[in-house]
Amino acid sequence: MSGITAEKPALGNALAMGSAVVFAALGLFLALQGVDPVMNLHGVFLALASVLALIYIFTHPSDDSGGYLDGPIRVATLAAVFWGVIGFTAGDFIAWQLAFPALNFDLPWTTFGRLRPLHTSAVIFAFGGNVLLATSFYVVQRTCRARMPGRWGPWFVIWGYQLFIVLAATSYILGATQGKEYAEPEWHVDLWLTIVWVAYLLVFLGTLWKREEPHIYVANWFYLAFIVTVAMLHIVNNLAVPVSFLGVHSYPVFAGVQGAMTQWWYGHNAVGFFLTAGFLGIMYYFVPKRVERPVYSYRLSIVHFWSLIFLYIWAGPHHLHYTALPEWAQTLGMTFSIMLWMPSWGGMINGLMTLSGAWDRLRTDPVVRLLVVSIAFYGMSTFEGPLMSIKAVNSLSHYTDWTIGHVHSGALGWVGMVSFGAIYCLVPWLWKREGLYSIKLVEWHFWLSTIGIVLYITSMWVAGITQGLMWRAYDNLGFLKYSFIETVEAMHWPYIIRAVGGLLFVIGGFVMAYNVWRTVRGDQPVDLKDQPRVAAAPELRHGVAAVPAE
Amino acid sequence: MNHGIFEKNSLILLIGILIVVSIGGIVQIAPLFMLSSTIEKVEGMRPYSPLEQAGRDIYIREGCYNCHSQMIRSLRDEVERYGHYSLAAESMYDHPFQWSSKRTGPDLARIGGKYSDAWHTDHMREPKSVVPASIMPAYPHLEKTPLDYSNIQEKLKTLQFIGVPYTDEMIAKAAADVEAQINPDTKAATELVARYPKAQVRNSTGNLPATASSRPNLMPSSPIFRCSVRSSTSRSSTPAVRTCAEEESP
Repeated sequence: MSGITAEKPALGNALAMGSAVVFAALGLFLALQGVDPVMNLHGVFLALASVLALIYIFTHPSDDSGGYLDGPIRVATLAAVFWGVIGFTAGDFIAWQLAFPALNFDLPWTTFGRLRPLHTSAVIFAFGGNVLLATSFYVVQRTCRARMPGRWGPWFVIWGYQLFIVLAATSYILGATQGKEYAEPEWHVDLWLTIVWVAYLLVFLGTLWKREEPHIYVANWFYLAFIVTVAMLHIVNNLAVPVSFLGVHSYPVFAGVQGAMTQWWYGHNAVGFFLTAGFLGIMYYFVPKRVERPVYSYRLSIVHFWSLIFLYIWAGPHHLHYTALPEWAQTLGMTFSIMLWMPSWGGMINGLMTLSGAWDRLRTDPVVRLLVVSIAFYGMSTFEGPLMSIKAVNSLSHYTDWTIGHVHSGALGWVGMVSFGAIYCLVPWLWKREGLYSIKLVEWHFWLSTIGIVLYITSMWVAGITQGLMWRAYDNLGFLKYSFIETVEAMHWPYIIRAVGGLLFVIGGFVMAYNVWRTVRGDQPVDLKDQPRVAAAPELRHGVAAVPAE
Repeated sequence: MNHGIFEKNSLILLIGILIVVSIGGIVQIAPLFMLSSTIEKVEGMRPYSPLEQAGRDIYIREGCYNCHSQMIRSLRDEVERYGHYSLAAESMYDHPFQWSSKRTGPDLARIGGKYSDAWHTDHMREPKSVVPASIMPAYPHLEKTPLDYSNIQEKLKTLQFIGVPYTDEMIAKAAADVEAQINPDTKAATELVARYPKAQVRNSTGNLPATASSRPNLMPSSPIFRCSVRSSTSRSSTPAVRTCAEEESP
């Protein structure tokens, strides 16, 4: 065992240091030779990150342990909490901007137009992405009973991803954007993410190849589909030609109707694969683990998996109803969106029914409640989605805040809550604590989030439907009844209620951050006796396992 | 079928996933590039003039698409409110498309010509000054920021490379055309309009360059442009650009 690993670190270290030197040189070159300030700044970031990596690798030449590689997972977990709080706060801030536009401060860097991409990227890619990195690395190792391959690969994925977040966020504030929703980063940031993502795929696949379990566990199918499909979507949708290789500005290769179709093929499947498939991987591991019951139906998992990934990819055109996209594509998009309801609910049923025989946990364990309510929200928003994809409904809902409400019932309710549940499971496992610092605070987090979400989505239903009806209202003489600005004025109170709901959700995020911090620090739990007994994280054992699947 | 084959071989699983997730995209996207009916020909569609393209870049930079659509759907109320529904050909040179998915503010596809230059100037400086209930951010910095068009030629070249039918002449004259478009009644402006039919040639700041005759600005322009650029008097290769603030000082 040790004979094999003795030589590899030297080679791995040399490779890692070589790469760091190359990236540091590239960063330095861009910092000095870049033709615009954003490229100069990003060069500085890349160079700094590479130098720090170089120093760390140089001072840590030998491996620390032979067990599961949990260090990168700890970093990603903390990063998820950190970016989560920032992303939620940014979202609530721009919600208040819509109610009180003076909050735009008349400055270029703080306008809604620049901060909204900051919010969406921070919550989807920074918060959600780190949750996915952390859980996928945790799950794939435990269910394969194998340590992730490589000394530095997993670390590069985690820290490289944080660098991507910093590059993207600074781009938006400084006005460097591709102008495509959820794909705003410019070409050079896209390239960096591609490198990180390929490394991610290799680390994940490498762990699968090293596995000591004959079968690949269902959660890993979802994670793999998420990683591979996001790679495909990211590369195709971001094909662009830079104006200068030393500057940040580029033009996407697709224009007009083809650009729109490609963008929403990407955009809807960022939802389908980033925010759904990946998080279903979380559901398939953390729910059975936390309630100590097997997944409800193996057969349903198989049907759920293949039908979900096949159908999702077709749903994009429902973002383009009644536009200049050809009618046949719109109809295809609508049809597949409605069909998508079935696998979505199949997955929901598989998750919920896993609690069979353990429903009492819902009362005693707020972490289980977070996980279960997230699945309920998943069911709700995957019913609302197909409904809104019907052309007649979409003619009313499109362009309105109903869409915003729909997205947030999925994002706050499903993605947010399942992530919180997973984080509350992971933190005691990763830092080897008896329990969380306070389960009472988890209870508070649960209720703050739930009430916040309910306020958010109900106010957006009211806002969106009001808006849609006012836009199409006619008076007795056959004229449009309302000017546009009257429909804006009607949004004022719904916008305030939404921002209040968002504020509750943000406060919940801070409560979680505090709880996680106290747990990580190793503070004595205040209510350990109230906490459910949860098995500690499995350690790596080679050879025939006593327990077949972990 | 025995599902074990996917569960025991990560590469077969990987290939299976790739095949399954590729089908939808191939069926929906590929035909859009091949069917000629996707973009029906519209008479008079032309690439953006360099100044128009520069304005479009500002629209993208500021993230206007987060609140404004440029896609009028084929619904009665939209056509009555905003004008003829948008045709595919109208955004065929838009890299990237800016149809958007949210109307916190109104659609802008046919905003050109609806308001005067003065209205747009006031609106960008302080939206509430012309629309008291507006929730749009103010953009007072736009009129104080000089337009950097030093790389306009490279921009047009890049667009030409990805399929926008700019001629080599258009690219060669890119910087000159930026200046020409705010210098009405000049030879350069006449040439510009020949290259880009119906281009709006005007100095919407009211601070006309020395070479242009004084003329009231009754015609509207793109809402993006408040700040105009000034050509340098000497025809150097790097034209002098001044801020509006400078221009406004006597």
